[in-house]
Amino acid sequence: MTSTVSPLQPSPGVSLGTDPGAAADAAVAAILDATVRPAARAPRGVVVDSPPGAGKSTLVVRAAQELVGAGERLMIVAQTNSQVDDLVDRLALKAPGLSIGRLHGSDARPAPEALRHPNVTASTKPADLLELDVVVSTAAKWQWVKDVDPWRHAIVDEAYQMRSDALLAVARLFERALFVGDPGQLDPFTVVGTEQWAGLSYDPSSSAVVTLLAHNPAIVPHRLPVSWRLPASAAPLISTAFYPYTPFRSGTGPGERLLVAGTRPDGSAVDAAIDEAAEHGWALLELPARLTVRTDPQAVAAVAATVRRLLDRGLTAHSEQGSTPLSPGRIAVGTAHRDQAAAVRAALTALGVPVDSTAGPAVTVDTANRLQGREYDVTVVLHPLSGRPDATAFHLETGRLCVLASRHRHACIVVARAGIAGLLDEHPSTEPVQLGVTVKFPDGWEANHAVLAQLAEHRVRL
Amino acid sequence: MSLLGTLARLEAVRSGRAEPLATVRHRHLSDRPLVLVPLAAAAEDGAPLAVLLGTDRSAPRLHIVPQPLNRGQRYAFLAAFADDLLPYLESCAAEVERIEGSEKDPQTGEKIPTFRELSADAPQLIVPNPGAAQHLALLGRATRFRRTAEDPDPGRYPAPTQVPLLGRWLTHLTDRAKVPGSSLLLPMTGLLARHWATGQSQLEDQHLGAQLAWHEPPSGLSGAEAARLVESGRDERGQLLHPPAGPTTDPRFDEKLLAPAIGRYDAALAALRHAQDEDGPESPRAQSAQASAERAVEQLRALLTEVLLPTWHDVWRGLDLLRTLPPAAHLPERWESDRWSFTGHRERVAAGEPPQPRRDDAVTAARKLAQREREQVRTDVQEALDDPLAMAERRLAGEAFSGEVTELVPDWDTSGRTPKPRPLLTVRTADHPHADLGREVHRAGGPAVQKAVITAVDPEQGLITVRVASGMGRKKEPEPGSLPAVGERVTFTLFELTARQSAPLPEPDDTPWTHGGPPSATQDSPTTAEEWE
Amino acid sequence: MNVTRTEQIVHAADPARRLAALRGGAEQRGLDARALAALAANPGCRRRALLDAAGVDKTALADRLGQPAPFGRSPFAIARGNIFEARLKADGCAALLDPLRSRLGLPAEDDAPLRVPDLLPRSTPAARAERTARALAEAVAEPAAWTLLDHPMLRLTVAGSPAYLEPDAVVMRGGRCTVVEIKSFPVLDGVADPAKVGAAARQAAVYVLALQEAAEHRAGARAGGGPYEARELPGSPETSVLLVCPKDFGNRPTAELIDIRRELATTRRQLARMTRIEELLDALPPGTSFDLLPDAGGQPTRPVVELTAAVEAVPAAYSPECLSSCELGFHCRSQARCEGAVEQLGRGVRGELGSIRTVGEALAAASGGAPLGDEAAARLGYAAALRAEALGVPATAMAGAVAG
Repeated sequence: MTSTVSPLQPSPGVSLGTDPGAAADAAVAAILDATVRPAARAPRGVVVDSPPGAGKSTLVVRAAQELVGAGERLMIVAQTNSQVDDLVDRLALKAPGLSIGRLHGSDARPAPEALRHPNVTASTKPADLLELDVVVSTAAKWQWVKDVDPWRHAIVDEAYQMRSDALLAVARLFERALFVGDPGQLDPFTVVGTEQWAGLSYDPSSSAVVTLLAHNPAIVPHRLPVSWRLPASAAPLISTAFYPYTPFRSGTGPGERLLVAGTRPDGSAVDAAIDEAAEHGWALLELPARLTVRTDPQAVAAVAATVRRLLDRGLTAHSEQGSTPLSPGRIAVGTAHRDQAAAVRAALTALGVPVDSTAGPAVTVDTANRLQGREYDVTVVLHPLSGRPDATAFHLETGRLCVLASRHRHACIVVARAGIAGLLDEHPSTEPVQLGVTVKFPDGWEANHAVLAQLAEHRVRL
Repeated sequence: MSLLGTLARLEAVRSGRAEPLATVRHRHLSDRPLVLVPLAAAAEDGAPLAVLLGTDRSAPRLHIVPQPLNRGQRYAFLAAFADDLLPYLESCAAEVERIEGSEKDPQTGEKIPTFRELSADAPQLIVPNPGAAQHLALLGRATRFRRTAEDPDPGRYPAPTQVPLLGRWLTHLTDRAKVPGSSLLLPMTGLLARHWATGQSQLEDQHLGAQLAWHEPPSGLSGAEAARLVESGRDERGQLLHPPAGPTTDPRFDEKLLAPAIGRYDAALAALRHAQDEDGPESPRAQSAQASAERAVEQLRALLTEVLLPTWHDVWRGLDLLRTLPPAAHLPERWESDRWSFTGHRERVAAGEPPQPRRDDAVTAARKLAQREREQVRTDVQEALDDPLAMAERRLAGEAFSGEVTELVPDWDTSGRTPKPRPLLTVRTADHPHADLGREVHRAGGPAVQKAVITAVDPEQGLITVRVASGMGRKKEPEPGSLPAVGERVTFTLFELTARQSAPLPEPDDTPWTHGGPPSATQDSPTTAEEWE
Repeated sequence: MNVTRTEQIVHAADPARRLAALRGGAEQRGLDARALAALAANPGCRRRALLDAAGVDKTALADRLGQPAPFGRSPFAIARGNIFEARLKADGCAALLDPLRSRLGLPAEDDAPLRVPDLLPRSTPAARAERTARALAEAVAEPAAWTLLDHPMLRLTVAGSPAYLEPDAVVMRGGRCTVVEIKSFPVLDGVADPAKVGAAARQAAVYVLALQEAAEHRAGARAGGGPYEARELPGSPETSVLLVCPKDFGNRPTAELIDIRRELATTRRQLARMTRIEELLDALPPGTSFDLLPDAGGQPTRPVVELTAAVEAVPAAYSPECLSSCELGFHCRSQARCEGAVEQLGRGVRGELGSIRTVGEALAAASGGAPLGDEAAARLGYAAALRAEALGVPATAMAGAVAG
């Protein structure tokens, strides 16, 4: 049966009985084939849609290795400096035989993790790196590169977060490209009005992939059908709530991941929420309904207390990768706003929890934007709608909730004030409709309700 | 809306009057602005009904379309409008400055001096609201592709020659208005709302008369009551006491006054034609019909003047208010960009370039977006530097901090051949910036560009220590006056004080495959058939 | 979970009777598609929900309360809409056929004649709905033919009462139908006013729901599925509708297919909420009536004081957006101002104010007179200090102004 699974259309009905590894392998093989050995009149681009944790980074490393193995040199475009550093680090680790260039701006020194490898060369000048197998940089830096011969191959990572105008500026640097990204995460944005370009296939503020597909209808996106990150408790919800037309499933089955506490609960609501999350993968730690400012002190305190107890209770994460203690580096706190993240960081510092990663292992506390592409064992999320008097487009944005709810390998604990369901019900739906703009699914309202319904089954009242 | 903006609105609710949102004026105001109040005909989208314009508040000029569905009259209107507007635009180019620059010789690589002419002034159109600007953009779109008698193939209905030129200028001015901080075309509602808060919502502020009511409410009335009267007070005929600022007219006005007046005009015209056909053009009956047709036009003109004048005066009143504020320091710099924009468009028209396309190609769209993002950053930064109230917004947002210098400890970077000054500066502040250690900060209002790095933060005491890294000259000791003294007030920002350059984009002819390749030129040829059939 | 929530359109006679009692002797204002679509504009407003469900004439009510609604349409705009639609429908819809051909694949005239059945446009709504239902059934029975229903009359059950809806046109072929919405705003260079397109899409979603209900009625079955799923039954409507508008500045039509799955999901959940009207009814004081029955002179007989009290008995959720979308907007604004509600300054201001609900509380907090530990109050106080510093006013003077 597994041999008949199409990597492009894994139907949810079929996937139940098949081996996820085989399905994913088939998808990856098809992608590598299209990238490294394109057919005679194949389109110049290959697009891969990857749901959270579906092995996107592994795919990028393998594609780079195979392209170099086939005698090619290539350039890689990522969106942020930390993504580039992560990628360089991973690439250098997995493929010590590759020579890797890290092109960077004069005011952005690469991270030490990227530079610790002997096969990595860093420079601000592209000319220093031209002979290397792989050159990696941000889209912003690539835009300034001139007077070089185009590469035959490029890989564009996090392509859905890249803006169309950035692709317009860098596309001259390569002949063919593999575009990899997660369509469910946050869309690129701008602070100025762009209505006049709405509906144009090349709207400069839209996602690079949207433009690419509009102009190259022959490109049929590939899909990675299996999330290796999300546990069996999370994949079905994330798939139906955020990827209604492109379902995926988890690589592990129920019970294959275990989160076990070393100490008994102290009877508090926080501990009850931790136990609920350890057992079911989800917990909603609910505070009484109240309208608050963004940095709701009680909600922030609840988030901090949860993290403190997660560390104090000596949890161990058992998975197909072995058993590891739940250390600060494996926990993340996600928020919607920067000031919320700052408030949580301050509260954690007051509880003696390390939050500064330059000083050793630390809990990551960041906004959804900055958590994109990251992975942790346990996440604690301050719900974007908690305590708000009304929902706004920003707080309802599907991608924001999707990022926050899909960073974990084991469990996700959501902290929120009661009353979000009512808030959603009273949200006016008078969205404007632009002709020619493909409607993005799902709608933030429906996605929020789906997640809320799941969380309601794992509610612990504070 | 920011919390400071909300606070100002709350204060306005309490005082019943508009409250300041700025201590300086953040937009350039020309000495000779042209105020322009357009009205649109509800009968067709983008169809003009009237325009009142001029540079002299006591002498507005009116142009109308007596029968908005009549294409001939529409062109007569547009030609008259163009004859009125284009000389104003041209008059702004009377004086030029020679700007010296340099560019690299492509062969030798040597720098060679270049000269460009920059218009010393530029036009400034003030319209009541964004809807008026949008209407002008529609007029621009409807007219810039028109063929004229001078075209090789003028078609069946050639437009007067100045009509497509008007269209190109309206398109340019309304497009430029989308650039943040620009001042060639400004809606008065936005100008007032940038500088004062009313005790009502932004939505209600869209009504120019209602927003102005908060500035000078009649004695005995609060701003809210005065605004309410402007919004909905009606006379015994059921007509609004204060007609809306357009571009659409009040439906009740259309129904009770405008439609009958147009009907009378149509009837008079029909009678005139009838009389001319039957009795001859010189006949007494024809002459009397001619007179009544002219009277019908005069009645329409009087009717439209009556609904336009209140808005005309409102716009001028708004200008008076704005002129009470001192101009912000960076206005000349941003106005120079506007002058370049004006000069550039004049040159393109003179060089015989085709009209702006219907929709931007991929490269032009990306360039415009980059420009607008850059100008948004520049405007935000300059407003913060020019106005303590704008800086207060950034401080409240945790993006800047102000305070008194409590300590200045000399120190040096000795890693190089000569020691460089790297003094430590401690500031006591009540602000709560997102001041992570190692974060770069920028001194606002110092004698030179000065960067520093945060080295210590003590939130309990409200102390922030930074290591100053630049702006102290080249010697071992900092230049005198380059550093603030103990006790002096300083402001540091977490954002950069200049906008970053935009990355280069390809030429439109080099549009890559990802964006559909180079655009084809066929779709934007001049046309006669399409508009206003 | 959406399935259970949105599918329970309860057919209960009791609330319908109680709603009719609220309306009293005055004529019922029928719920048309525009009104149903407008439910989504402010779903948190109980006042509007109740008055709409009861079919109270809000325009007359606003007049009676002394705060008339400022809405109206210019006769020029009305004439323009009529002329455009008349042009499209003239000569057996000749002008409409071009866009149908290009967008829906309607074959050239010779291959498949278009059937335009007579839908009895001058009969009663109920008779027209019957006739439309029959025409729909006939069209479903002949999937090979093309049928254009010109101004069909559809019935949709809303909170137990039937609402009659009249789309501009519906095209049937291949056993599926497509809603055609004719609007007189132009599509200029492929761009149309997004607010107007959005409103048209929400309106069309109501028609699609009614057609879906009709298909379920014919099949005697309920179609299942999630919020976005097309529900495939014979004669089911497509989830894309055809918007026909004037092209550029002319009167020639152009058509765009609009994906309304999102609006459909929204409308479904708003209609499902209408079933909760009982909760609102239960909360009313006994004897509440909005009866606007006029006397011989055309004046409503109920005293203004009583009407005002009845209106106040139902809580409103005012925001300035109401001024342009609800007849009672001006009335509710006056009330919000009297109460000093911060919503009078806009929906968005509440986000920064936390639990502070009135202008007075907010100003007190700004002058430092707020309870300790309230984060929003502390921020307001800090903001007030920054504002005073920037304006060169001593902070104490500002506080004094508050006290005075």
